[in-house]
Amino acid sequence: MNGPVRHLYVHLPFCAHRCGYCDFVTVVGRSGSHRDYVDALLRELELEGGVLAEPLETLYLGGGTPTFTEPRELARLLGSLPRAAEVTVEANPETVTPTLAGLLVEGGVDRVSMGAQSFRPHLLSVLERRASPDDVRRAVQTLRDASVDNISLDLVYGIPGQSPADLGRDLEEALALEPEHLSCYELEAKPGTRFSHTFGEELSRQSEALEGYFEDVVEALSGAGYRWYETANFCRRPELSGGRDLRSRHNLAYWLGRDYLGLGIGAVSTVGSTRYRNTPRMPTYLKALGRSIRPPREVEALDEDVKHRERVMLGLRLDEPLALAGLEDVVDDDALDRLEALGLARRSPEGVCGALSLTPRGRFLGGGVTAELLA
Amino acid sequence: MDQRQIRNFSIIAHIDHGKSTLADRILELTETVSGREMRDQLLDSMELERERGITIKAQAVRVMWKGHELNLIDTPGHVDFTYEVSRSLAACEGALLVVDASQGIEAQTLANAYLAIENNLEIVPAVNKIDLTQARPDEVAAEVADLVGEAPDRVVRISAKTGAGVEAVLDALVERIPAPAGDPDAPPRALIFDSSYDQYRGVVAFVRVVDGSFRRGEPLKAMAQGTQFEAEELGFFAPAMTATETLGAGEVGYVITGLKDVSRLRVGDTVTTARGPASEPLPGYKDVKPMVFAGLFPTDSDDYPELRDSLERLKLNDAALFYEPETSQALGFGFRCGFLGLLHMEIVRERLEREFDLDLLVTAPNVAYRVMLPGGEEIEVHNPAEMPREHELVEEPYVKASVIVPKDYVGDVMGLCNERRGRFDHMEYLSEQRVLLVYELPLGEIVLDFYDQLKSRTRGYASFDYDLIGFREGTLSRVDILVAGEQVDALSLIVHRDAAYERGKQLVERLRKEIPRQMFDVAIQAAIGSRVIARETVKAKRKDVLAKCYGGDISRKRKLLERQKKGKKRMKQVGGVDVPQEAFLAVLNLERK
Repeated sequence: MNGPVRHLYVHLPFCAHRCGYCDFVTVVGRSGSHRDYVDALLRELELEGGVLAEPLETLYLGGGTPTFTEPRELARLLGSLPRAAEVTVEANPETVTPTLAGLLVEGGVDRVSMGAQSFRPHLLSVLERRASPDDVRRAVQTLRDASVDNISLDLVYGIPGQSPADLGRDLEEALALEPEHLSCYELEAKPGTRFSHTFGEELSRQSEALEGYFEDVVEALSGAGYRWYETANFCRRPELSGGRDLRSRHNLAYWLGRDYLGLGIGAVSTVGSTRYRNTPRMPTYLKALGRSIRPPREVEALDEDVKHRERVMLGLRLDEPLALAGLEDVVDDDALDRLEALGLARRSPEGVCGALSLTPRGRFLGGGVTAELLA
Repeated sequence: MDQRQIRNFSIIAHIDHGKSTLADRILELTETVSGREMRDQLLDSMELERERGITIKAQAVRVMWKGHELNLIDTPGHVDFTYEVSRSLAACEGALLVVDASQGIEAQTLANAYLAIENNLEIVPAVNKIDLTQARPDEVAAEVADLVGEAPDRVVRISAKTGAGVEAVLDALVERIPAPAGDPDAPPRALIFDSSYDQYRGVVAFVRVVDGSFRRGEPLKAMAQGTQFEAEELGFFAPAMTATETLGAGEVGYVITGLKDVSRLRVGDTVTTARGPASEPLPGYKDVKPMVFAGLFPTDSDDYPELRDSLERLKLNDAALFYEPETSQALGFGFRCGFLGLLHMEIVRERLEREFDLDLLVTAPNVAYRVMLPGGEEIEVHNPAEMPREHELVEEPYVKASVIVPKDYVGDVMGLCNERRGRFDHMEYLSEQRVLLVYELPLGEIVLDFYDQLKSRTRGYASFDYDLIGFREGTLSRVDILVAGEQVDALSLIVHRDAAYERGKQLVERLRKEIPRQMFDVAIQAAIGSRVIARETVKAKRKDVLAKCYGGDISRKRKLLERQKKGKKRMKQVGGVDVPQEAFLAVLNLERK
């Protein structure tokens, strides 16, 4: 009914070091055999791959630090995964060498998403990032030299001690590298992380002062010719990039409510009306796939109502209007009236039932607006 | 029992001065209870009373001492129950005044001692806790003797704890208190000095027979209210309920009526027989009116029916409790309740929360106002939000307040009373160290936080009591609080014109801190009529998003949103603004502080 799944995510959990603010599923060091894990991934692909389209639209290798994986295993994995129109790999700057860049391109990677986070040394040390600002510049150059023509940089703002001037410098430095794509996240002190333990209080103290940072980011990047196409994501406008649509196709699939398959520990898949998350525990995962059986997973049933709510929640993160056809049951019309009156949302007449989009201010308040809007 | 052998008395004592312990010793010494049955402080039956060290409901216990029948009528110890105390005293010929040998006389003791003197009771003074090292028996005995106009050597020195002097007290009671003087052959009359409700047997009236006698099974009548009932059972407490065939002139006991509602048999009323009734009721009946009001709302609106049922059940046992449904736009469905005073309010609230397991939101207490409307019509207002904007005049209840403090604190107390619109009445030295200050004060100033202030400014040394003295005109303003242009009914208050600005400002500042930022600017105003006297703004949020949302985050993000949504449902909407209940609570607490 949904047709074959066109988006594949592969989780590579290995990291040299776990950063204080990180809440992803990671495995530190080269402990645990990368080879065993890649074997397990490929076995999981054998088990689950039946649902996949041929060729795929997108393939995404996320982490962890995928580029920290032993090069031989990374190459073996890339060589064994199905082809896709967009292949993205996440990278940390300090791992990017000419050899690695060559390996990626060889393996079909055409997009690299790199965690720069900040260009201010004192802020990088707060984040426990090991790369220096120069490492980021060098890495971008290395990838360019290997003819990677779609580079995304991650930036983090709202770091304890970050002044508005610091943020301005970070944005300038990032723009100077002319990335095709930028993801800008406000630092979240997620409960349970070491970081939130150390800086939680300071973050909540400065939260009011940081309020304007999001607006500053959007303003600076829009002014530099980037399209604010998703709450936290920006891409170079087509007219400035030879007509290319540089939005992340893989991530768009999530925001448009498409099905996707996830492989690896902690990976999430959504296929039809089921969402499941693999065990985050490496030994459990390896043991199951060592016997060619599915790893334990948490299963969540998604009924129509939930799917519709997610469509609204995710769709409103995008800059394109959300078609309301089929979503009438989850949208509160009175709330929509109120939000229109407050200048946060607007209806447009497109499609059968019209469409809905948020004004820039509505997008800054997207969380509250969505909560209000959902019936 | 021959009327001449009967002695009826109450014990007057301040909280913790040893009344209950003394009562226990008396029961022991007269062998009314065996040692094995003895439970400390037997007379305080309710759990709550025990914890707070107060006695809410009077009871009467009959003991025998050297051929005499002694009826000990227990009185409530607190200011809110002055009327009940006065009825208990009216059932006696004497009072045992107990004063702590280290603490000396306290304001409540004083008030009740004066009540006893007004009721022409013979007062037997005693100084208790003489076994304590910090006791000052001679000094305190002199204070007490001076108060009751007796020679210091007539003050009995006792220790209820060790039992020392307790026999002497019993002898003094027999010797000094006169026998009851009623006419055993006249048409029967009995004073109801208390009542309680038993779920199986209905209303139990505690009575003192003045004239004639009552017989089991007789049809009876309460003269003021006209309520008819039957004496299903007569008896006395020893201390367990002991049924008898008759209760004769001078005796104290109970009547089981089978009535299903305590409000039909009010304290102070006179019981007579339906056949051959007395022509005149006993003096002193008055309908007790609540003076302090507050809104009670369930924290969870689903608990409304439970709150209603609980109030109904409390009311069965508490004739003074008043309630009527109230709908607040901000707090939902609840009740406006009337109480005799602040302590009464606290007791009701605690019983609702403890015995009935309810979570309550209580609005700031206010007093009853008498308002004359432009047409000349007079109404009583129990809720600030209902105070008419147009009126000829407003009257508020006044009290005569007595404060006893060590002399070093006189200045602090005077300062407080002046801030609270008090009018100095007089001051007297009870001893070299202790001073009695008497002020007239608006009750509305007392219900706010007077007692807490008094305690903190005198390091807890002050004792305090008050008596209602009537209504007086006041220059009062109704201050409304508006959120986004809409009035929050639960937060309206009535204050003296001079304090309106300060209080309005306080409330508005507090609310600004409590109301979460919204997607738009929210104005918070305090206004008298259409005139805004204070204003604050809750600035609109500039950002409210979860930064990241990819494939693995979707479920978590959705659940967060659902929680946000659910949180909003618990909030009250005022002027399109989501106000969490905690915000109201914080502001109401400010009022109570």
